[in-house]
Amino acid sequence: MIRLIPRVENSTAMVLLSPLLALTLTALSAYLIFVFILVDIPVSSVFFTLFVEPLIDSYYFSELLVKAAPLMIIGLGLSIGFRAGIWNIGAEGQFVMGGIAGSAVGLYFYNVEAFWLLPLMTIAGILGGMFYAGIAAFLRIKYQVNEILVTLMLTYVAVLFLSAMLQGPLRNPSGFNFPESRIFHDSAMLPIIWEGTRLHIGLIVAIILSLVAWFGIKKHMFGMQIKISGSAPRAAKFAGFDDNKTVWYSLLISGGLAGLAGLFEAAGPAGQLTPGLPQFYGFTAIIVAFLARLHPVGVLFSALLIALSYVGGENVQIEYNLPSSITQIFQGMLLFYFLACDILIKYKVVLFKTKN
Amino acid sequence: MNESLFINIIIGISIASVPLMFAAIGELLVERSGVLNLGVEGMMIVGALLGFVVMSHTQNPYLAVLSAMLGGMAIASIFAFLTQFLLTNQVATGLALTLFGLGFAAFAGRGYTEETIQLITAVPIPYLSNIPYLGPLLFSFNPLVYLAFFMVYLVWWFLFRTKQGLILRAIGDNHDAAHAIGHNVVRYRVMAILFGGAMAGIGGAFLSLVQVPIWGEGMTAGRGWIALGLVVFASWQPFRIIFGAILFGGITILQIHAQGLNINVSAQYLSMLPYLATIVILVSLRMRLKNKTNRTVPNCLGRIFHSTT
Repeated sequence: MIRLIPRVENSTAMVLLSPLLALTLTALSAYLIFVFILVDIPVSSVFFTLFVEPLIDSYYFSELLVKAAPLMIIGLGLSIGFRAGIWNIGAEGQFVMGGIAGSAVGLYFYNVEAFWLLPLMTIAGILGGMFYAGIAAFLRIKYQVNEILVTLMLTYVAVLFLSAMLQGPLRNPSGFNFPESRIFHDSAMLPIIWEGTRLHIGLIVAIILSLVAWFGIKKHMFGMQIKISGSAPRAAKFAGFDDNKTVWYSLLISGGLAGLAGLFEAAGPAGQLTPGLPQFYGFTAIIVAFLARLHPVGVLFSALLIALSYVGGENVQIEYNLPSSITQIFQGMLLFYFLACDILIKYKVVLFKTKN
Repeated sequence: MNESLFINIIIGISIASVPLMFAAIGELLVERSGVLNLGVEGMMIVGALLGFVVMSHTQNPYLAVLSAMLGGMAIASIFAFLTQFLLTNQVATGLALTLFGLGFAAFAGRGYTEETIQLITAVPIPYLSNIPYLGPLLFSFNPLVYLAFFMVYLVWWFLFRTKQGLILRAIGDNHDAAHAIGHNVVRYRVMAILFGGAMAGIGGAFLSLVQVPIWGEGMTAGRGWIALGLVVFASWQPFRIIFGAILFGGITILQIHAQGLNINVSAQYLSMLPYLATIVILVSLRMRLKNKTNRTVPNCLGRIFHSTT
């Protein structure tokens, strides 16, 4: 019989080993699934396209970084909220709203070329995301309505709102009725940091933000507050921490960052507002946050890993005509295994014979 | 009002609300046992796919519905294993289940997006359906519609009229105490989770077997999440699920008919209605309860149970 015995102290070795174990198990399961489903394609070449090619080809590697940037930014915000036990599941909606708000500013000043345009759009994007997540914070505090459901429902609303905007006020007036905005000018676009690719300044912003967040959580009282509110709500109450403040901060920070990522996507790789703005980044960032164990610097690495599966998934789609949804399968499995393997940190697995 | 239009609206509402009813009543039992499974959307989409695939190969509606149930259970069993035996965080695991389910269904169903099937149609009950007015209103529905109402009754009966139901509720309210007097917490919870998976599976299959004769990735369109909202709306009371589901069905049908009536609002804004309504209803529920705490919330909802003995 197998039993789980709680450890006295968390195992440090397992903190490092369990993610590797999870990765290995994911790769093995993915292999088995492919062997089962892909009869006529050699699995090893699919694996190569999926996991190795994006790392050795410089164009694919730049695309990997392009995709990692929004995941880092959103995942960072979510990791702060999740620490406090505030489940903002609708980052996708805040991402879209940030994209709409920032782009609307950019399109309003369509004929203006100025240095202040991009910063203004960025602020609008952040505020758009903050406002959208703020609705959930308000409803949770005022009416105790679960923020998981509110943020999720608002995600569906945001995607529909995007579509309405692109058929209405934000549509390109000379675009033959296509539901797309005008293409931004250079001064409304993010600077490219790797010549010849789409890699924009968002990656640097993400790295700076993550270091700021790490420092903030370590040194600032607020970091302590969200940590205790999440792990020991009663203790937080006795310590006099303001519960409402935790809710507001968690949702505004994660919403604002998701909005920022949305604007960066519109003013970066997309270059305009299109119905294709939401790309599941908001949901995938949940996985990113968990894989990083909600650590603000860890988010950088887990975002790279997940971005690898995105780029690899796209390449597999093009080369072998497979749906890009295998990316989601891979990500879902990775999270399953990761959560499961974490039990080794807190518990010892003991085998023993049953007495009867 | 035109009589046949009225009956059409009633049938439309029933068809729009039944998937929610199935998924929500399953989740209600799960939450009563103290487990929060956020994977309803993922289990529904797997049910929708399996029901469709089996229907398209066998043309047998019984087999199709049965396999949708089994598919929902199979994917729910992943959640059960992880949360009950490996003690993982239920929120994270449920989300992973939804992401995995959506990805898996899109992947496995890629060959079926062009196909259509024979819908499961309504079966008027002989004689009874001929009664004027009452016949078309009460006795001419799809068999699965009756099953949905019956399942709600069955869950109520189980929870409040059987010993096992009492034990399940006790486990949901205080798993340590229930364990101390010798009940097997994990076994009850695993059973509840599997039941929830089966119900979500049928709910999903209803979409691809009764609502529309096609399969498309993401066709559940957030209904799993609305079902989760319905459980809260129902305050964990089975019969209120019926009321809530019909309300949502009504809003969906209202939205479709408003589009038909050329009301001058963009289609997108009308499509937002069911999602906004979920929020409005949850808020209004709280306003009604005011400062009273909701006593029906299972106390151990979402908490991890590990016995040391």
